[in-house]
Amino acid sequence: MGSFFKSRLFFISLGAVIIASTLPLYVSGYVLGLLTVAYYFGVFAMSWDLLFGFAGEVNFGPTFLIGVGAYTAGIVNAQYGLSPYICIVLGAAAAVIAGFVLALPALRVRGPYFGLTTLVAVLMLQNFVVVFADLTGGEIGLTIPDVITIDSHANYWIALGFMTISAAILYGLAQSPVGLVLQASGQDAVQAGALGFNIVKHKLAAFVVSAFFSGLSGALLVFYFGTASVGTVVDIAVGVNVIVAAVLGGRRTVLGAALGAIFLIVAGEFLRPTGELATFIVSAVALLVVLFFPGGFLGAALSREARQ
Amino acid sequence: MLAFQILIDGFAVSALYALGAMGFTLIFGVSGVLNLSHGAIMVAAAVAAWAAASVLHTGTYTGALIGIAVALIMSFATYFAVVQPIQRSRRIPNEEKEIFVLTGTLLWGIMIQELIAYFFTNNAKTVLPIIEGVVNIMGVRTPQNEIFTAVVCCVVIALLWLLVNRTRTGKVVLAASMNPRGVTLLGHELTSVYIVVWAIYGVLAGLAGVLLGMFLGVSSYSVGPLTASAFSIVVLGGLGSVSGSLIAAFVVGYLETLTAYLINPAYRTIPALLLLVVVMYIRPQGLLGRR
Repeated sequence: MGSFFKSRLFFISLGAVIIASTLPLYVSGYVLGLLTVAYYFGVFAMSWDLLFGFAGEVNFGPTFLIGVGAYTAGIVNAQYGLSPYICIVLGAAAAVIAGFVLALPALRVRGPYFGLTTLVAVLMLQNFVVVFADLTGGEIGLTIPDVITIDSHANYWIALGFMTISAAILYGLAQSPVGLVLQASGQDAVQAGALGFNIVKHKLAAFVVSAFFSGLSGALLVFYFGTASVGTVVDIAVGVNVIVAAVLGGRRTVLGAALGAIFLIVAGEFLRPTGELATFIVSAVALLVVLFFPGGFLGAALSREARQ
Repeated sequence: MLAFQILIDGFAVSALYALGAMGFTLIFGVSGVLNLSHGAIMVAAAVAAWAAASVLHTGTYTGALIGIAVALIMSFATYFAVVQPIQRSRRIPNEEKEIFVLTGTLLWGIMIQELIAYFFTNNAKTVLPIIEGVVNIMGVRTPQNEIFTAVVCCVVIALLWLLVNRTRTGKVVLAASMNPRGVTLLGHELTSVYIVVWAIYGVLAGLAGVLLGMFLGVSSYSVGPLTASAFSIVVLGGLGSVSGSLIAAFVVGYLETLTAYLINPAYRTIPALLLLVVVMYIRPQGLLGRR
């Protein structure tokens, strides 16, 4: 761990965060709004990477955890009018419980079956939102009365701070002995088990941590948007974007996932003039990265550094 | 009356589901590939058939053939442009290839979906039915095209069974699904086996897509749900088990029809999802799965 604080990666990240935190001084509110969403999205991608890159579990339903966190926070606020902070904590707690419930039986099944269970969870949540439209606002979306703040600078700093802290915790966890055990159990579960590590317990812990950050980020995002809808926090397309972001940035790097998410959102915005082709171009680029640079952005950079 | 209606409609829907899922499970059984661009290929076939018949006025049969041809081309493109490069890549560790194939085909499917939306808009399209008119079966007014759909599905499934179990090529395919290394030792090129399987898959997916386009209509929004339903049917039946997915398709098809008629069309997919969750917990390998 100590060596990390002397590594080049640390100084680059530190520099990036410092530059990012001064951005509100000289860019427009529009760019800030874009980056605010991108940072929350980055946390989604990082928590997904913890599960996929380290625990080796393909979670096709990151939006299940995100959606539970987002909707719980939104509903509590809309129904009972509690302060946003309590709602956000409740949202994160609900996501942790949802993650636990999903993980406990799902970890019994492997590979594609696990992927399907998580996919089904998303579809169920989506149906739930539509069926209980009185509570959730249905397909139109839930309007949330409160916001944390309407100041775009403050929102930006909250998002940046949240992403930085999450990144530090998730990266630290991934590099810690727990992260190594996770990585071992993801690559060869039998051998890791034979070495005396309780794989199920580790994977469950990874799931809970991933759920916590997904839910927290989802809840924060909802209070930023002022609305929760299936299209923004639950839809499979959103989950696909999270996965693409993590793979694009480089799996098993955690920090790369955030990079990929920011790239994805900013690229989507730059491609807006191309209209409906924007998603096509982003997917095509992602496919090319998957085919030719399977390590992703950060993976390619790190392996070059390691070779030198 | 209602019972007959459910029986007839349920049969047509189930047969269609079976046809759609069959190719999907065959590919998994033989090469271990889960093709998440499945829904996109089906929709591409339906939209091609629609465009040929309604825009270029080629006639319904030619339109359907064009649709199937498009699916066949897409299927080969998926294999050669996405699946094979990942399988042959030396930079991707073997144990992660499955996940990369999933991600790759998912992205590929989104690309196809977006192209369809770009060139043909998001509007729902109904392919002109091959046979028009309505018949009365025991008091239920049934479109003749629905009967045609069910018959075609059953015939094609029977043909597939004959192909796999009674022909030399089919037996090689079957053997490859049991033991790929054994097949190569007997002097068969695995790549050519895969090409045969992807060809079969293309035809099946194309046919299912075109029939679906006639029966229910499709739009680029149906890509995700179609992939998900094929995926759940195949998992319910047992990954790689063709007869398992046949049974599962009928279970899901009838469950959905029952829910739509007796409870509420909006809840159509929920019971099937619940059943899937229950099966996953009690019997993760599916109804007839081997592993």
